[in-house]
Amino acid sequence: MLKIKNLEAGYGKLRVLKRISMHVDPGEIVTIIGANGAGKTTLLYTIAGIIKTMAGEINLLGQTLKKTKAEKIVDLGCSLVPEGRQVFSTISVLENLLLGAYVQSGKNGYDRKQELEKIYNIFPVLKDRRRQLAGTLSGGEQQMLAMGRALMARPKLIMMDEPSTGLAPLIVKDIFQIILRLREAGNTVMLVEQNARAALGIADRGYVLETGKIIIQGPATDLLDNHDVQRAYLGRDIE
Amino acid sequence: MYWEKEKECMARDDLEQLQLERLQATLYRVATHVPFYRKKFKELQIDPDGFRSLDELQNLPFTTKNDLRRNYPYGLFAVPLRDVVRVHSSSGTTGTATVVGYTKNDIKTWSNMTARVLTAAGVGKDDVVQIAFGYGLFTGGFGLHYGAERVGASVIPISSGNTKRQIQIMQDFRTTALVCTPSYGLLLADTMLEMDININALNLRFGLFGGEPWSEGMREEIQNKLHIQATDNYGLSEVMGPGVAGECPERNGLHINEDHFLIEIINPDTLEPVKPGETGEVVITTLTKEAFPVIRYRTRDLTRIIEKPCPCGRTLRRMERVLGRTDDMLIIKGVNVYPMQIEAVLFDIEGTEPHYQIVVEREGRLDKITVLVEVVEEIFFDQMKKQRHLVDHIKKRLASELGIGIDVKLVEEKTLERFEGKAKRVLDKRKL
Repeated sequence: MLKIKNLEAGYGKLRVLKRISMHVDPGEIVTIIGANGAGKTTLLYTIAGIIKTMAGEINLLGQTLKKTKAEKIVDLGCSLVPEGRQVFSTISVLENLLLGAYVQSGKNGYDRKQELEKIYNIFPVLKDRRRQLAGTLSGGEQQMLAMGRALMARPKLIMMDEPSTGLAPLIVKDIFQIILRLREAGNTVMLVEQNARAALGIADRGYVLETGKIIIQGPATDLLDNHDVQRAYLGRDIE
Repeated sequence: MYWEKEKECMARDDLEQLQLERLQATLYRVATHVPFYRKKFKELQIDPDGFRSLDELQNLPFTTKNDLRRNYPYGLFAVPLRDVVRVHSSSGTTGTATVVGYTKNDIKTWSNMTARVLTAAGVGKDDVVQIAFGYGLFTGGFGLHYGAERVGASVIPISSGNTKRQIQIMQDFRTTALVCTPSYGLLLADTMLEMDININALNLRFGLFGGEPWSEGMREEIQNKLHIQATDNYGLSEVMGPGVAGECPERNGLHINEDHFLIEIINPDTLEPVKPGETGEVVITTLTKEAFPVIRYRTRDLTRIIEKPCPCGRTLRRMERVLGRTDDMLIIKGVNVYPMQIEAVLFDIEGTEPHYQIVVEREGRLDKITVLVEVVEEIFFDQMKKQRHLVDHIKKRLASELGIGIDVKLVEEKTLERFEGKAKRVLDKRKL
């Protein structure tokens, strides 16, 4: 699905990602955990084509991404759910969802209505509120809308940047349950999170990102048992 | 039968991606947590963060048994002792012991690796596994024990020794799989035949043998005597213990668990990689070990890689059975001789017993070896002519295999030592 080798990227002269090698297999939930400023969002933005790569290789669904435009990457089948939801608050929920269908519109075999029904199935609350302005939704509902919008493009890989940010613990639990359901429905998820315990709790595998480098990788259950991860990210005092 | 099909049968380029990711994380780990490697990288001006491709492996330094000894006991651990849940020590086959440690995750990985080996050998949850490897500091017993439990088999942790009791338990507990060294497997077989035990009345179906080199002839001998499928497995405590590689029912080479161990074959003299398919020394880099990662550990075991895909469907490459150790190599009249080559010839000859000893002596400035081999009773007692003939025949076969002449002496049945653990086939009488 996604294979990254020795990726370097950043802003201007600042190299944020120093050497990232990672992969996501079809049907997996893979989480990237790390502290603030480790480079998690930069990694997602680089894959999404928003930031240019300085060195290394990204292969998405068998295609090597080289200066590939962001919309082309969505078209290839990779959608990003940005941090802080970033829904268009002054238009309706339905309009927000339809914007997500933009790259697919007019394509053979793409049925907008059918896709909408699928989204409403996963997030019934969005159906109830489809005529409401997105800005009037609660934080959790906005997160669902952002996810629904990304799903409208029928992505093969869905990338989520900190879906738990600013949400109440109960809502976070709901969102993570939905991510699990997305995977059951055959989606592949790459999940960037600061909430390491919650993310590792639902992920198959995880990578620990620190100052632009992957320093630990492995099955999520192993990372939960790894004392370095526990000390640094799970807030567990070993002593 | 696979234990982790998605790993054991993964596409090669996916495997290489995984190996690179894991190696990069391992290099970070040793460079930050193990002073020995930090110093070595600095000396050699290696930037562990600069590692970009598996092809760069050759630039990394070797780790030797001596490095392990010098850092005795815990110097090479990459985690604090409080994260270590198990400590083992090398069997000390040669010289001072070395110490290895495991985190909780390491034990989990290890169990998985031996579960793969056991499953490939045919063992499943309905089997009764008699583990006659030594338990204790030696990794053999515990390593396969945890794997056998993982696959759901019923485990009999009998440990090594007490042959009569082993046989009793094998009968009473209806053992279906035997785990031990090949030499002990043979000793068990011979003892049972001697006791006139009806082998067909046993439930034994599989034998998993490891811990020492053995020949194809010895496999046949064990299979015929015990009526089982005998498979080889490989490992060493310095990189984990058993579970590094194991045979599938094809019995034609051992699948290496390459997603956890990176294997190179080097020429032990030039330290350069050998050409694909050539025999050389096995060098192992661990990819997932937490407590005790090693970079390019020189195992001193000799074998070659079989590049050809295996009909069993596993994509993990195979290594041929271990031919011997670089330090087993004898230089006789300028020719390199491995005990395993001699064993292979002896097992092929009618009238000899599968027990032998190689005596090394020094005459003047030259090393000389004599092979003592047991022969069946009737030859030993009655027929001088037949004896003469047999000696000539063995000498001839050895000469054609090794390219040099070697003395052969026939000895009476059951006069050579038997082994319950690792066999010691070479008696070195040289005073160097």
